[in-house]
Amino acid sequence: MRTKITVALTGLNNTDNPGPGVPVIRGIRESDIFEPRILGLAYENLEPGIYMDGVVDKTYQVPYPSEGSDILVNRILEIHKKDPIDVLIPNFDAELYAFMRSEKLLEEAGISTFLPTLEQFEERHKSNLPDFGKKYDLEVPFSKTISRIDEIEKLKEEFEYPLMVKGKFYDAYLAYNEEQVRMHFNKISAKWGVPVIIQEFIKGTEVNVVALGDGEGNTIGAVPMRKQYITDKGKAWSGITLDDQKMLDLTYRIIRAMKWRGGMELELVKSHKNELYIIEINPRIPAWVYLAVGAGQNMPEALVKLALGMEVKPFEDYQVGTMFIRYSYDLITNVKEFEKLSTLGEL
Amino acid sequence: MMHIKSNIALSNTGFVFNPTTGDSYTINQVGQEILGYLGEKKSLEEITSLMTSTYDIDPPSFEKYYFDFISMLRQFELLDEEYEN
Repeated sequence: MRTKITVALTGLNNTDNPGPGVPVIRGIRESDIFEPRILGLAYENLEPGIYMDGVVDKTYQVPYPSEGSDILVNRILEIHKKDPIDVLIPNFDAELYAFMRSEKLLEEAGISTFLPTLEQFEERHKSNLPDFGKKYDLEVPFSKTISRIDEIEKLKEEFEYPLMVKGKFYDAYLAYNEEQVRMHFNKISAKWGVPVIIQEFIKGTEVNVVALGDGEGNTIGAVPMRKQYITDKGKAWSGITLDDQKMLDLTYRIIRAMKWRGGMELELVKSHKNELYIIEINPRIPAWVYLAVGAGQNMPEALVKLALGMEVKPFEDYQVGTMFIRYSYDLITNVKEFEKLSTLGEL
Repeated sequence: MMHIKSNIALSNTGFVFNPTTGDSYTINQVGQEILGYLGEKKSLEEITSLMTSTYDIDPPSFEKYYFDFISMLRQFELLDEEYEN
Protein backbone atom coordinates (compact mmCIF):
# COMPACT_ATOMS: atom_id res chain seq x y z
CA MET A 1 0.00 0.00 0.00
CA ARG A 2 1.31 3.40 -0.95
CA THR A 3 1.59 6.26 1.55
CA LYS A 4 -0.57 9.28 0.86
CA ILE A 5 1.42 12.51 0.89
CA THR A 6 0.91 16.06 -0.28
CA VAL A 7 3.82 17.65 -2.12
CA ALA A 8 3.85 21.34 -3.03
CA LEU A 9 6.27 22.62 -5.62
CA THR A 10 7.14 25.45 -7.95
CA GLY A 11 8.59 25.47 -11.46
CA LEU A 12 5.46 24.70 -13.50
CA ASN A 13 6.74 26.86 -16.36
CA ASN A 14 7.17 24.13 -18.94
CA THR A 15 8.14 26.68 -21.58
CA ASP A 16 11.17 26.96 -23.89
CA ASN A 17 13.05 27.89 -20.71
CA PRO A 18 11.53 25.19 -18.55
CA GLY A 19 11.40 24.95 -14.79
CA PRO A 20 11.92 21.55 -13.15
CA GLY A 21 8.39 21.34 -11.65
CA VAL A 22 6.69 19.10 -14.21
CA PRO A 23 9.52 16.52 -14.48
CA VAL A 24 9.83 16.44 -10.68
CA ILE A 25 6.09 15.77 -10.44
CA ARG A 26 6.32 13.00 -13.05
CA GLY A 27 9.05 11.32 -10.98
CA ILE A 28 7.04 11.56 -7.76
CA ARG A 29 3.90 10.26 -9.48
CA GLU A 30 5.85 7.19 -10.65
CA SER A 31 6.75 6.30 -7.07
CA ASP A 32 5.92 2.81 -5.84
CA ILE A 33 5.72 3.91 -2.24
CA PHE A 34 3.90 7.26 -2.40
CA GLU A 35 0.43 8.14 -3.51
CA PRO A 36 0.98 11.85 -3.98
CA ARG A 37 -1.40 14.77 -4.10
CA ILE A 38 0.42 17.54 -5.92
CA LEU A 39 -0.05 21.21 -5.15
CA GLY A 40 1.39 23.45 -7.84
CA LEU A 41 2.71 26.81 -6.70
CA ALA A 42 2.57 29.24 -9.62
CA TYR A 43 4.17 32.64 -9.95
CA GLU A 44 2.53 33.34 -13.30
CA ASN A 45 -0.96 32.34 -14.34
CA LEU A 46 0.14 31.06 -17.75
CA GLU A 47 2.60 28.45 -16.51
CA PRO A 48 1.67 25.40 -18.64
CA GLY A 49 1.98 22.90 -15.76
CA ILE A 50 -1.11 24.44 -14.16
CA TYR A 51 -3.30 23.37 -17.07
CA MET A 52 -1.65 20.10 -18.12
CA ASP A 53 -3.62 16.91 -17.48
CA GLY A 54 -2.42 14.61 -14.71
CA VAL A 55 0.27 16.96 -13.45
CA VAL A 56 -1.07 19.02 -10.54
CA ASP A 57 -4.14 18.28 -8.44
CA LYS A 58 -4.52 21.89 -7.37
CA THR A 59 -2.67 25.13 -8.08
CA TYR A 60 -2.12 28.13 -5.84
CA GLN A 61 -0.71 31.42 -6.96
CA VAL A 62 2.24 32.64 -4.93
CA PRO A 63 4.02 36.01 -4.87
CA TYR A 64 7.49 36.41 -6.39
CA PRO A 65 10.36 36.19 -3.88
CA SER A 66 11.32 39.70 -4.98
CA GLU A 67 8.22 40.95 -3.14
CA GLY A 68 9.85 39.77 0.09
CA SER A 69 10.80 36.41 1.56
CA ASP A 70 8.29 36.77 4.38
CA ILE A 71 5.43 37.50 2.00
CA LEU A 72 6.21 34.32 0.04
CA VAL A 73 6.63 32.14 3.13
CA ASN A 74 3.47 33.54 4.73
CA ARG A 75 1.55 32.66 1.58
CA ILE A 76 2.87 29.08 1.81
CA LEU A 77 1.79 28.90 5.45
CA GLU A 78 -1.63 30.28 4.52
CA ILE A 79 -2.01 27.57 1.85
CA HIS A 80 -0.78 24.95 4.37
CA LYS A 81 -3.54 25.92 6.80
CA LYS A 82 -6.31 25.05 4.38
CA ASP A 83 -4.51 22.39 2.33
CA PRO A 84 -1.83 20.75 4.51
CA ILE A 85 1.54 20.25 2.83
CA ASP A 86 3.86 17.38 3.81
CA VAL A 87 6.82 18.24 1.58
CA LEU A 88 7.78 21.47 -0.17
CA ILE A 89 10.15 21.36 -3.15
CA PRO A 90 11.31 24.77 -4.38
CA ASN A 91 12.62 24.52 -7.92
CA PHE A 92 14.08 27.96 -8.61
CA ASP A 93 17.43 29.39 -7.51
CA ALA A 94 15.85 32.78 -6.87
CA GLU A 95 13.34 31.49 -4.30
CA LEU A 96 15.70 29.15 -2.47
CA TYR A 97 17.05 31.84 -0.17
CA ALA A 98 13.58 32.55 1.21
CA PHE A 99 12.90 28.87 1.89
CA MET A 100 16.34 28.05 3.30
CA ARG A 101 16.01 30.95 5.72
CA SER A 102 12.56 29.76 6.77
CA GLU A 103 13.34 26.03 6.90
CA LYS A 104 12.83 25.86 10.68
CA LEU A 105 9.63 27.85 10.57
CA LEU A 106 8.26 25.57 7.87
CA GLU A 107 9.36 22.46 9.76
CA GLU A 108 7.59 23.69 12.91
CA ALA A 109 4.45 24.15 10.86
CA GLY A 110 4.78 20.54 9.63
CA ILE A 111 6.21 21.23 6.17
CA SER A 112 9.33 19.18 5.38
CA THR A 113 12.01 20.36 2.97
CA PHE A 114 15.43 19.05 1.98
CA LEU A 115 17.50 22.06 1.02
CA PRO A 116 21.15 23.03 0.99
CA THR A 117 22.34 25.11 3.91
CA LEU A 118 22.79 28.86 3.44
CA GLU A 119 26.55 28.35 3.62
CA GLN A 120 26.49 25.70 0.88
CA PHE A 121 24.23 27.89 -1.24
CA GLU A 122 26.55 30.90 -0.97
CA GLU A 123 29.76 28.92 -1.38
CA ARG A 124 28.90 27.52 -4.81
CA HIS A 125 27.47 30.81 -6.04
CA LYS A 126 28.66 31.81 -9.51
CA SER A 127 30.28 34.93 -8.09
CA ASN A 128 32.22 32.83 -5.54
CA LEU A 129 33.34 30.14 -7.98
CA PRO A 130 37.08 31.07 -8.01
CA ASP A 131 37.28 30.79 -4.19
CA PHE A 132 35.25 27.60 -4.36
CA GLY A 133 37.72 26.11 -6.86
CA LYS A 134 40.66 27.05 -4.65
CA LYS A 135 39.08 25.68 -1.48
CA TYR A 136 38.25 22.28 -2.95
CA ASP A 137 41.10 22.11 -5.47
CA LEU A 138 38.79 21.99 -8.48
CA GLU A 139 39.23 23.36 -12.00
CA VAL A 140 37.05 26.42 -12.48
CA PRO A 141 37.28 29.15 -15.11
CA PHE A 142 38.71 32.48 -13.98
CA SER A 143 35.89 34.89 -13.18
CA LYS A 144 35.12 38.16 -11.46
CA THR A 145 32.06 40.21 -10.71
CA ILE A 146 31.32 43.69 -11.96
CA SER A 147 28.63 46.08 -10.81
CA ARG A 148 29.28 49.17 -12.93
CA ILE A 149 29.42 49.60 -16.68
CA ASP A 150 32.70 51.55 -16.49
CA GLU A 151 34.40 48.38 -15.21
CA ILE A 152 33.94 46.74 -18.62
CA GLU A 153 36.76 48.64 -20.28
CA LYS A 154 39.31 47.23 -17.82
CA LEU A 155 38.27 43.61 -18.44
CA LYS A 156 40.79 43.29 -21.27
CA GLU A 157 43.58 43.50 -18.69
CA GLU A 158 42.46 40.23 -17.09
CA PHE A 159 40.45 38.41 -19.77
CA GLU A 160 40.86 37.37 -23.35
CA TYR A 161 37.86 37.64 -25.65
CA PRO A 162 35.49 35.90 -26.09
CA LEU A 163 34.27 35.77 -22.50
CA MET A 164 31.04 34.83 -20.77
CA VAL A 165 28.67 37.41 -19.24
CA LYS A 166 26.35 35.85 -16.67
CA GLY A 167 23.50 36.89 -14.41
CA LYS A 168 23.72 36.00 -10.73
CA PHE A 169 20.80 33.59 -11.01
CA TYR A 170 20.16 32.97 -14.71
CA ASP A 171 21.24 33.94 -18.21
CA ALA A 172 24.64 33.55 -19.83
CA TYR A 173 25.92 35.14 -23.02
CA LEU A 174 29.11 34.86 -24.98
CA ALA A 175 30.66 38.26 -25.80
CA TYR A 176 33.36 38.82 -28.40
CA ASN A 177 34.08 42.48 -27.61
CA GLU A 178 33.45 45.29 -25.14
CA GLU A 179 30.37 46.48 -26.96
CA GLN A 180 28.74 43.07 -26.63
CA VAL A 181 29.68 42.93 -22.93
CA ARG A 182 27.95 46.31 -22.43
CA MET A 183 24.84 45.09 -24.21
CA HIS A 184 24.65 41.88 -22.15
CA PHE A 185 25.51 43.73 -18.92
CA ASN A 186 22.55 46.09 -19.44
CA LYS A 187 20.19 43.27 -20.32
CA ILE A 188 21.22 41.04 -17.39
CA SER A 189 21.45 43.77 -14.74
CA ALA A 190 17.98 45.05 -15.71
CA LYS A 191 16.56 41.55 -15.21
CA TRP A 192 18.55 40.08 -12.33
CA GLY A 193 20.34 43.08 -10.81
CA VAL A 194 24.04 43.34 -10.08
CA PRO A 195 26.65 41.99 -9.75
CA VAL A 196 27.09 40.57 -13.20
CA ILE A 197 29.62 37.75 -13.52
CA ILE A 198 32.38 37.83 -16.11
CA GLN A 199 33.83 34.39 -16.73
CA GLU A 200 36.67 33.02 -18.83
CA PHE A 201 35.32 31.11 -21.83
CA ILE A 202 36.43 27.48 -21.87
CA LYS A 203 36.30 25.81 -25.25
CA GLY A 204 34.94 22.29 -25.23
CA THR A 205 31.84 20.18 -24.88
CA GLU A 206 29.20 21.14 -22.36
CA VAL A 207 28.21 18.25 -20.14
CA ASN A 208 26.02 18.13 -17.04
CA VAL A 209 25.34 15.96 -14.02
CA VAL A 210 22.13 15.78 -12.01
CA ALA A 211 22.87 14.64 -8.48
CA LEU A 212 21.39 14.30 -5.03
CA GLY A 213 23.35 14.60 -1.79
CA ASP A 214 22.15 13.37 1.60
CA GLY A 215 23.79 16.17 3.59
CA GLU A 216 26.27 13.73 5.17
CA GLY A 217 28.64 13.62 2.22
CA ASN A 218 27.01 10.68 0.45
CA THR A 219 25.80 10.83 -3.13
CA ILE A 220 22.35 9.28 -3.35
CA GLY A 221 22.22 9.54 -7.12
CA ALA A 222 24.21 10.98 -10.02
CA VAL A 223 23.56 10.80 -13.76
CA PRO A 224 25.81 12.49 -16.35
CA MET A 225 24.31 13.84 -19.55
CA ARG A 226 25.35 15.59 -22.73
CA LYS A 227 23.04 18.04 -24.41
CA GLN A 228 22.45 16.90 -27.98
CA TYR A 229 20.29 19.77 -29.12
CA ILE A 230 20.50 23.18 -27.51
CA THR A 231 17.94 25.95 -27.91
CA ASP A 232 18.85 29.58 -28.49
CA LYS A 233 18.34 30.05 -24.75
CA GLY A 234 21.07 27.47 -24.12
CA LYS A 235 18.57 24.92 -22.81
CA ALA A 236 18.72 21.23 -23.62
CA TRP A 237 16.02 20.17 -26.06
CA SER A 238 17.51 16.73 -26.27
CA GLY A 239 20.12 14.89 -24.22
CA ILE A 240 21.68 11.50 -23.62
CA THR A 241 23.05 9.79 -20.50
CA LEU A 242 26.79 9.13 -20.54
CA ASP A 243 29.13 6.52 -19.18
CA ASP A 244 31.78 8.83 -17.78
CA GLN A 245 33.47 7.79 -14.54
CA LYS A 246 35.47 11.03 -14.41
CA MET A 247 32.29 13.09 -14.26
CA LEU A 248 30.84 10.81 -11.59
CA ASP A 249 34.04 10.90 -9.51
CA LEU A 250 34.04 14.70 -9.66
CA THR A 251 30.41 14.75 -8.50
CA TYR A 252 31.11 12.38 -5.60
CA ARG A 253 34.10 14.51 -4.62
CA ILE A 254 32.11 17.76 -4.58
CA ILE A 255 29.19 16.27 -2.65
CA ARG A 256 31.57 14.63 -0.15
CA ALA A 257 33.60 17.80 0.36
CA MET A 258 30.62 20.12 0.70
CA LYS A 259 28.32 17.61 2.43
CA TRP A 260 25.80 18.79 -0.11
CA ARG A 261 22.18 18.54 0.95
CA GLY A 262 19.50 18.22 -1.73
CA GLY A 263 19.36 18.29 -5.50
CA MET A 264 22.18 19.68 -7.58
CA GLU A 265 23.11 20.23 -11.19
CA LEU A 266 26.75 20.42 -12.18
CA GLU A 267 27.43 22.31 -15.38
CA LEU A 268 30.79 21.28 -16.77
CA VAL A 269 32.87 21.86 -19.83
CA LYS A 270 35.04 19.01 -21.02
CA SER A 271 38.06 20.57 -22.72
CA HIS A 272 39.77 19.03 -25.73
CA LYS A 273 42.37 17.63 -23.33
CA ASN A 274 39.53 15.85 -21.49
CA GLU A 275 39.82 18.13 -18.45
CA LEU A 276 36.60 18.94 -16.63
CA TYR A 277 35.95 22.57 -15.70
CA ILE A 278 33.13 23.48 -13.35
CA ILE A 279 31.14 26.26 -14.93
CA GLU A 280 28.24 26.35 -12.48
CA ILE A 281 26.77 24.42 -9.60
CA ASN A 282 23.03 24.88 -9.53
CA PRO A 283 21.52 24.31 -6.08
CA ARG A 284 18.45 22.39 -7.19
CA ILE A 285 17.20 19.66 -9.45
CA PRO A 286 17.41 20.67 -13.14
CA ALA A 287 14.56 20.65 -15.67
CA TRP A 288 16.04 17.57 -17.39
CA VAL A 289 15.79 15.42 -14.25
CA TYR A 290 13.21 13.15 -15.87
CA LEU A 291 16.05 11.74 -17.97
CA ALA A 292 17.57 10.41 -14.72
CA VAL A 293 14.18 8.92 -13.77
CA GLY A 294 13.99 7.28 -17.21
CA ALA A 295 17.53 5.96 -16.79
CA GLY A 296 16.68 4.29 -13.49
CA GLN A 297 17.32 6.89 -10.80
CA ASN A 298 14.10 8.43 -9.51
CA MET A 299 15.74 11.37 -7.77
CA PRO A 300 12.51 13.34 -7.16
CA GLU A 301 11.12 10.37 -5.22
CA ALA A 302 14.42 10.02 -3.32
CA LEU A 303 14.32 13.74 -2.49
CA VAL A 304 10.83 13.37 -1.00
CA LYS A 305 12.04 10.40 1.06
CA LEU A 306 15.01 12.40 2.35
CA ALA A 307 12.72 15.31 3.23
CA LEU A 308 10.51 12.93 5.23
CA GLY A 309 13.53 11.55 7.08
CA MET A 310 13.23 8.12 5.49
CA GLU A 311 16.24 5.94 4.86
CA VAL A 312 17.45 6.25 1.28
CA LYS A 313 19.96 3.88 -0.23
CA PRO A 314 22.22 5.30 -2.96
CA PHE A 315 21.34 4.34 -6.52
CA GLU A 316 23.92 1.95 -7.87
CA ASP A 317 23.39 2.16 -11.58
CA TYR A 318 21.66 3.90 -14.47
CA GLN A 319 21.04 3.07 -18.10
CA VAL A 320 23.71 4.60 -20.35
CA GLY A 321 22.41 5.83 -23.72
CA THR A 322 18.97 6.86 -22.42
CA MET A 323 17.78 9.89 -24.34
CA PHE A 324 15.19 12.60 -23.86
CA ILE A 325 13.65 14.78 -26.52
CA ARG A 326 11.44 17.70 -25.52
CA TYR A 327 8.45 18.70 -27.55
CA SER A 328 5.99 21.53 -27.70
CA TYR A 329 2.27 20.89 -27.54
CA ASP A 330 -0.71 23.19 -27.85
CA LEU A 331 -2.86 22.72 -24.80
CA ILE A 332 -6.48 23.82 -25.10
CA THR A 333 -8.25 25.21 -22.06
CA ASN A 334 -11.16 27.48 -21.30
CA VAL A 335 -10.85 31.09 -20.18
CA LYS A 336 -12.91 30.10 -17.11
CA GLU A 337 -9.89 28.19 -15.78
CA PHE A 338 -7.64 31.15 -16.37
CA GLU A 339 -10.24 33.42 -14.76
CA LYS A 340 -10.41 31.25 -11.62
CA LEU A 341 -6.67 31.35 -11.09
CA SER A 342 -6.43 35.06 -11.91
CA THR A 343 -9.21 36.15 -9.58
CA LEU A 344 -9.19 33.58 -6.77
CA GLY A 345 -5.47 32.79 -6.77
CA GLU A 346 -6.17 29.06 -6.96
CA LEU A 347 -7.40 26.50 -9.42
CA MET B 1 47.93 -3.36 -31.99
CA MET B 2 44.95 -1.06 -32.39
CA HIS B 3 41.45 -1.69 -31.19
CA ILE B 4 38.14 -0.04 -30.64
CA LYS B 5 37.47 1.05 -27.06
CA SER B 6 35.77 -1.75 -25.20
CA ASN B 7 32.71 0.32 -24.24
CA ILE B 8 31.88 1.37 -27.80
CA ALA B 9 28.60 -0.16 -28.94
CA LEU B 10 28.52 -1.32 -32.54
CA SER B 11 25.25 -2.66 -33.91
CA ASN B 12 24.87 -4.77 -37.02
CA THR B 13 23.01 -1.90 -38.68
CA GLY B 14 26.26 0.11 -38.67
CA PHE B 15 25.24 2.35 -35.76
CA VAL B 16 28.20 3.22 -33.53
CA PHE B 17 27.58 4.74 -30.08
CA ASN B 18 30.26 6.17 -27.84
CA PRO B 19 28.74 6.12 -24.32
CA THR B 20 31.47 8.36 -22.88
CA THR B 21 30.82 11.29 -25.19
CA GLY B 22 27.23 10.53 -26.19
CA ASP B 23 28.19 10.80 -29.86
CA SER B 24 26.80 8.40 -32.41
CA TYR B 25 27.79 7.65 -36.00
CA THR B 26 26.68 5.45 -38.84
CA ILE B 27 29.19 3.55 -40.91
CA ASN B 28 28.76 1.66 -44.15
CA GLN B 29 29.24 -2.07 -44.80
CA VAL B 30 32.97 -1.77 -45.55
CA GLY B 31 33.56 0.25 -42.38
CA GLN B 32 31.66 -2.36 -40.39
CA GLU B 33 33.85 -5.12 -41.82
CA ILE B 34 37.02 -3.24 -40.86
CA LEU B 35 35.70 -2.55 -37.35
CA GLY B 36 34.85 -6.24 -37.08
CA TYR B 37 38.43 -7.19 -37.98
CA LEU B 38 39.79 -4.64 -35.51
CA GLY B 39 37.54 -6.19 -32.89
CA GLU B 40 39.11 -9.57 -33.70
CA LYS B 41 42.50 -7.89 -33.18
CA LYS B 42 43.68 -8.67 -36.72
CA SER B 43 46.89 -7.02 -37.92
CA LEU B 44 47.08 -4.50 -40.78
CA GLU B 45 48.58 -7.17 -43.04
CA GLU B 46 45.74 -9.57 -42.29
CA ILE B 47 43.08 -6.90 -42.83
CA THR B 48 44.70 -5.77 -46.09
CA SER B 49 44.84 -9.34 -47.34
CA LEU B 50 41.18 -9.99 -46.43
CA MET B 51 39.90 -6.75 -47.95
CA THR B 52 41.92 -6.91 -51.17
CA SER B 53 40.77 -10.48 -51.73
CA THR B 54 37.11 -9.44 -51.24
CA TYR B 55 37.09 -6.13 -53.08
CA ASP B 56 38.61 -4.92 -56.32
CA ILE B 57 41.34 -2.78 -54.78
CA ASP B 58 45.13 -2.99 -54.66
CA PRO B 59 46.96 -3.05 -51.29
CA PRO B 60 48.53 0.48 -51.48
CA SER B 61 45.14 2.08 -52.31
CA PHE B 62 43.41 0.10 -49.57
CA GLU B 63 46.02 1.15 -46.99
CA LYS B 64 45.59 4.80 -47.92
CA TYR B 65 41.81 4.62 -47.29
CA TYR B 66 42.39 2.44 -44.24
CA PHE B 67 44.63 5.00 -42.54
CA ASP B 68 42.14 7.78 -43.39
CA PHE B 69 39.46 5.71 -41.70
CA ILE B 70 41.68 5.01 -38.67
CA SER B 71 42.53 8.68 -38.23
CA MET B 72 38.82 9.46 -38.29
CA LEU B 73 38.22 6.85 -35.58
CA ARG B 74 40.98 8.45 -33.53
CA GLN B 75 39.54 11.91 -34.01
CA PHE B 76 36.17 10.67 -32.80
CA GLU B 77 37.85 9.08 -29.75
CA LEU B 78 36.72 5.59 -30.68
CA LEU B 79 40.14 3.97 -30.56
CA ASP B 80 41.77 2.73 -27.43
CA GLU B 81 44.50 5.03 -26.09
CA GLU B 82 46.99 2.21 -26.39
CA TYR B 83 46.61 2.56 -30.14
CA GLU B 84 49.91 2.45 -31.96
CA ASN B 85 50.65 2.83 -35.63
